[in-house]
Amino acid sequence: MYEHDVIVVGGGGSGLRAAIGAHEAGADVAIVTKLHPVRSHTGAAEGGINAALREGDDWELHAYDTVKGGDYIVDAPAAETLAQDAPENVVQLENWGMPFSREEDGRMSQRPFGGLSFPRTTYAGAETGHHLLHTLYEQVVKRGITVYDEWYVTRLAVTDEDDPNDRSCHGVVAWDIQTGEIEGFRGRDGVVLATGGDGQVFDHTTNAVANTADGVAMAYRAGVPIEDMEFVQFHPTTLPSTGVLISEGTRGEGGILYNGEGERLMYEYGYATNDGELASRDVVARGELTEINAGRGVDDEYVHLDMRHLGEERIVDRLENILHLAEDFEGVDGLENPMPVKPGHHYEMGGIETNENGETCVDGLYAVGEAACVSVHGSNRLGGNALPELLVFGARAGKHAAGEDLGEPEIPVGKTEGDEGIEESDVDFPVEPGALAASSAVVSGDSPEGVVDAALEAETERIEGLLEKDEGVNHADVRSKIQKSMTDNVNVFREEGAIEEALETIREAREEYEDVSVADKSRTFNTDLQHTIETRNVIDTAELIAMGALAREEFRGAHWRKEYQERRDDEWLKHTMISWNDGTPELWYRPALLEGENQTYEPKERHY
Amino acid sequence: MSTQTPDTDDSDPQAERMARKDERAAEREEAASTPDVGDDAITLKVFRYDPEVADKQEPRFDTFHVPREPGITVLDALIYARDTYDSSLTFRHSCRQAVCGSDALFINGSQRLGCQTQIADLNDSETVRVEPLPHREVVKDLVVDMDHFYDQMDAVEPYFSPKEDPDGEQLQSRENREKIKMSTRCIWCGACMSSCNVAAGDNEYLGPAAINKAYRFYFDEREGEDRQEERLRIIEQEHGVWRCQTQFSCTTVCPKDIPLTEHIQELKREAVKQNLKFW
Ligand SMILES: Cc1cc2nc3c(=O)[nH]c(=O)nc-3n(C[C@H](O)[C@H](O)[C@H](O)COP(=O)(O)OP(=O)(O)OC[C@H]3O[C@@H](n4cnc5c(N)ncnc54)[C@H](O)[C@@H]3O)c2cc1C
Ligand code: SF4
Ligand code: FES
Repeated sequence: MYEHDVIVVGGGGSGLRAAIGAHEAGADVAIVTKLHPVRSHTGAAEGGINAALREGDDWELHAYDTVKGGDYIVDAPAAETLAQDAPENVVQLENWGMPFSREEDGRMSQRPFGGLSFPRTTYAGAETGHHLLHTLYEQVVKRGITVYDEWYVTRLAVTDEDDPNDRSCHGVVAWDIQTGEIEGFRGRDGVVLATGGDGQVFDHTTNAVANTADGVAMAYRAGVPIEDMEFVQFHPTTLPSTGVLISEGTRGEGGILYNGEGERLMYEYGYATNDGELASRDVVARGELTEINAGRGVDDEYVHLDMRHLGEERIVDRLENILHLAEDFEGVDGLENPMPVKPGHHYEMGGIETNENGETCVDGLYAVGEAACVSVHGSNRLGGNALPELLVFGARAGKHAAGEDLGEPEIPVGKTEGDEGIEESDVDFPVEPGALAASSAVVSGDSPEGVVDAALEAETERIEGLLEKDEGVNHADVRSKIQKSMTDNVNVFREEGAIEEALETIREAREEYEDVSVADKSRTFNTDLQHTIETRNVIDTAELIAMGALAREEFRGAHWRKEYQERRDDEWLKHTMISWNDGTPELWYRPALLEGENQTYEPKERHY
Repeated sequence: MSTQTPDTDDSDPQAERMARKDERAAEREEAASTPDVGDDAITLKVFRYDPEVADKQEPRFDTFHVPREPGITVLDALIYARDTYDSSLTFRHSCRQAVCGSDALFINGSQRLGCQTQIADLNDSETVRVEPLPHREVVKDLVVDMDHFYDQMDAVEPYFSPKEDPDGEQLQSRENREKIKMSTRCIWCGACMSSCNVAAGDNEYLGPAAINKAYRFYFDEREGEDRQEERLRIIEQEHGVWRCQTQFSCTTVCPKDIPLTEHIQELKREAVKQNLKFW
């Protein structure tokens, strides 16, 4: 068994920042990650990082934009913490050497981004994430923080009390991808999940192959409520053939969207007559898809994003990476031609329920980054708001896990009967969601080490079982079935019948998965086994998204419902919560917190 | 793409479009389930090795036939082969967009990223030969041990570390950022190191990527001059910059177009200047 004070699962931006935070607070911290940290998908972020740094801007404006952009089911204390802590975190990155783009006077540059009332998106060319990731990793190396890279975490070591609020987490089980060695990791003071997004649930995504929502699925199965999963962001400008992202920075710098008829669609068809191309992402994505579906797309599939008028100098200075991406992945020269773009899966607003300190309802278990839902993004994340989230809440969770006092959180976690505003859902699912056989990922043990050992034993059995089975279904077939169904049925435009169909398909996939087998029997670098385990996480996550999408009978932010064309504040200013409930999932609601430090955020209509 | 439209008009072109799409999807599915991969299928020859599996202990090449889709990359072809024919085919990959640096491979005789290499652009696009990076220990199939590469990176103190902690936002001139810009683009793919003859012969040679990392901090005006001297000392050691024989192989293969050889040369000049100063 490996032992540290704090175990961070994941080496992306949020995990690295959490580890640095824990280290700053004096803990012996280790990162366990299935990819080497610099391979994490944070490196793909392009556009920038929001922070109210300059005169004329302040954190309150940033918080306001965030709540409004999220269509009012953001938790105000989370948005305010984000806005307050972002500036110092960005300056800290600068102090750690991050090569930000600069103004003439040598200060960091900022640019406009969709939904922002001030151009506060701080950036490093169109490769902000790459620089952020490498800068943080450099600081991890500098501090001598232990990194177990290419170790795959398959399960948490969580105790098995009936009520998840009484459970505690003592570590994780992981296997060394290179050698096949399986081991328990004890986190004496805490475990921080920083496992990133869930793009592999869909088949056209800006996300990496590694984004399989492992952390969400592991926490879910250990009893932690999962929040607001129906809110999936579809980015309006992805390359049609690969899903590679063309940053919002392109529109921020003045790029224009045209439909197949050469019309400036955002204005021409009234999708956003004020902000045009820079309206919030959900608005632009729906605008484009409506054009395409109405026969006004290009090749029936996409629209055009044109930046030629910006001129070569400006493009090369600020958007050089976009030129490379368009050239390498679509064969288009952005200086000569408009770039083809269409909406694609991009970001999961929902995730593991946490408070402002990253705590979940399970003692000792934290979650941060895209895997978590402290509820900063509500139903629609503003561009440039994920990266500051990684830093702000990553640092807080790391410090808190290491024992630093950050004050009483205002956001509640866990389902406590009788808590104010908690409500059961009466939604009918067409098929029973959840496990086929009784299953949960909790164990009993008489000491923390005992819990880790018991989890290790249970997991060893599961993995050996997968490897011993000779014939069966290939995980790739199950995964692509999920991806296709989710893309057909739970995409930008959603309706009841289609969501139900997706839930049925997910059920079938679960049944097929029962018979899954791993053809590769080798212990050495067995990616077949890894992908097989990931696929179960993809199934759980797809189901969470579809359940939430069916339950939410309104149109809010990224969640559009054919039957309900309005935001319904009287009934739906609440978060969708799903608890695994030992294999028979339960859907319930918790009210959104709109009470801020100095103001209450009154829901207003969103106009762009 | 969603099959739902916001308007319910049945006679719109959407229905036709979806029908055409479904047809195409059905065709694709059929192509995948039957081994008929078309007349102009790509022949993919892939290096195989697994120390644990009896018939893979001796390295060998396996041949896969992959349908030729427009724009198909080497990584796409590998994924197709794995998901269609042999789920034990092993290679690293993640981002699919040339930022994670996982899939540097030896493709038709040179180091490239699988995801960034369109098969149509290769000198021979009929038969594509894919091998693990040369001069690295093979773990399995196309996966090599990267530890040595990481160790060399670590050796140059690859982090910003001024003598004094800055107080607030530091200024940096545009020129200076421009100066270090190319050097900051490295994605740690290891292609350069694998292509370098000197590194092949001297296991302790820092290698182009690590020296480039040193360059990135050496020329960053924010770190300060006192650090420059220390940084020079590291890269001037026996297995440092002076080993480079300016063969340009690293510069040729770098997927991020970093002028590595130039950077190494520039540091050599800096070292000479420094040494003159002490004379
Ligand atoms: C193309 C693109 C562009 C973007 N641009 C912007 C932008 O400009 N501005 C902005 O604010 N946001 C942007 N975002 C969003 C933002 O980049 C991401 O939300 C964020 O980087 C996620 O960081 P993370 O640390 O949560 O996860 P990741 O960076 O994905 O890291 C996840 C880590 O978890 C590890 N891991 C996962 N599962 C396991 C497991 N089972 N065991 C062990 N380790 C595991 C992985 O190895 C990885 O290290 C963009 C996103 C994409 C996809
Ligand atoms: S310098 Fe270029 S080739 Fe070398 S590791 Fe970095 S990106 Fe790869
Ligand atoms: S898959 Fe990330 S660089 Fe190719």
